[in-house]
Amino acid sequence: MSLWNKHAIFEKNSIILVLGVLVVISIGGLVEILPLFYLKSTIEKVEGMRPYTPLELAGRNIYVREGCYNCHSQMIRALRDEVERYGHYSLASESMYDHPFQWGSKRNGPDLARVGNKYSDEWHRRHLDNPRSVVPGSIMPGYPWLAKTELQAQTIAQDMKVLAIEGVPYDAAMISNASADIKAQGTDDDPGAGALTERYPKAIARAYGDKGKPITEADALIAYMQMLGTLVDFKLYDGKANLR
Amino acid sequence: MSLAPHDKNMVDAHTGVSTTGHEWDGIRELNTPLPRWWLWMLYATIVWAFGYMIVYPAVPLVASYTTGVFGWSSRAAVTQELAALGAQRAPMVTALASATLPDIEKNPTLLAFARAQGKAAFGDNCAGCHGAGGGGAKGYPNLVDDEWIWGGTLDDISQTLTYGIRSTDPKARVGNMPAFGTDGLLKPAEISQVADYVRSLSGLPLDGKPDLKAGARIFEENCAACHGAEGKGMQELGAPNLTDQIWLYGSDKPTIVEGLNKGRGAVMPHWGERLDAGTIKALAVYVHTLGGGR
Repeated sequence: MSLWNKHAIFEKNSIILVLGVLVVISIGGLVEILPLFYLKSTIEKVEGMRPYTPLELAGRNIYVREGCYNCHSQMIRALRDEVERYGHYSLASESMYDHPFQWGSKRNGPDLARVGNKYSDEWHRRHLDNPRSVVPGSIMPGYPWLAKTELQAQTIAQDMKVLAIEGVPYDAAMISNASADIKAQGTDDDPGAGALTERYPKAIARAYGDKGKPITEADALIAYMQMLGTLVDFKLYDGKANLR
Repeated sequence: MSLAPHDKNMVDAHTGVSTTGHEWDGIRELNTPLPRWWLWMLYATIVWAFGYMIVYPAVPLVASYTTGVFGWSSRAAVTQELAALGAQRAPMVTALASATLPDIEKNPTLLAFARAQGKAAFGDNCAGCHGAGGGGAKGYPNLVDDEWIWGGTLDDISQTLTYGIRSTDPKARVGNMPAFGTDGLLKPAEISQVADYVRSLSGLPLDGKPDLKAGARIFEENCAACHGAEGKGMQELGAPNLTDQIWLYGSDKPTIVEGLNKGRGAVMPHWGERLDAGTIKALAVYVHTLGGGR
């Protein structure tokens, strides 16, 4: 029996066939995926990236929970029209603390990778409550309950612990101060704001919702959206210099 | 089923095609060759794939990857495209950057360019709040009329665009309507009186017989510093004119009382970081020429 006829072994034994398929697919996967973890050009280091603050992380959890990714991507592609509309193309390192990432390719709504600082908090509140009240042609559903639901902040420290296992550099101080940091970031003139920005540079502390009221889910979501894409200063960014 | 080699070259009498050697209960499988054109297509795609691997970035190596004979990369490609776009716009952008308002208005080509670029940028960045045509909404000023809270000259509009209003930019325009009610500066009765007085300034009908003299006194003591003694506003502080029948939040008494109680302080983001200077100038010209520029 020549080598050519050995395929009969695979065709006649389903377990051997399954193992063979797995081996072939793993080769494809290893060649395509593994290099992304070590190639210098795909693990570019960029100034300014920091893990999400507890409030932003809580907002991100709500973003994921409500399925915002079903209609909004968070990845500006390196194409002229995208850069013209949304700003600098997204860098891999800008989502290095995202577990799971929110890149996406479905855009019923606009890309949100750089939505931070593009609208006022008040606009976001009205838009989440009823998108048509500010954008008449919008097809986005309203999320009025977010502004009526108090943020459940107790579990965020647990989330941070899990993310730390996944490689996000949350240290012990960050985790133990999670609740305090949520309050500090979501309230006007909170005494903890200084410690917050020391732990998380560029974190913006202010009342994202109604002053003097408890922090709501809408506030957390707005805090998250208001920082999206704002960490890297692209005036200082040099696409070639940062490649290691 | 048998795979006896001696069956392999057996030719099927009916079709004249050789069989595979497989046999099920006397039925044999024809070994019909693939069409020649199909095979050549397959070989061509394989050759094409190797060509692709040589021309474009493809094979991962130890620390780097094969960059292809032309060194193509998506980043370089988009940088090049943006540079080409910049070069295409450059003559007009340079002309626009140094041009004063009368210059732009006298030069139809420049005006048309600024308005076209401004309109595109407005749609992407401003229409979300100010509406597709600049008509505004509650809390978001109408840009088509000639009432300006922070000034309607080209320079004023440029400054508002670049640094924003109560934004996170340190040079933002700042000026807050205090929360007279929640901060305990005025009593509810006083707020009601001054709200009636403010409504009387623009000739709105009043319920009952409010004490306008008391309202005027409260206005003078608390509001005139920013809104002016006659309520005509002060653009340096972003205090709106209260006599012109144009209302950012609404003219009904509950809305005015709400503003007096909680204060107002709408935020306009700063665009200086997001948009380049040429786009901001074009936007300023576009907004200025919407109808109300001064």
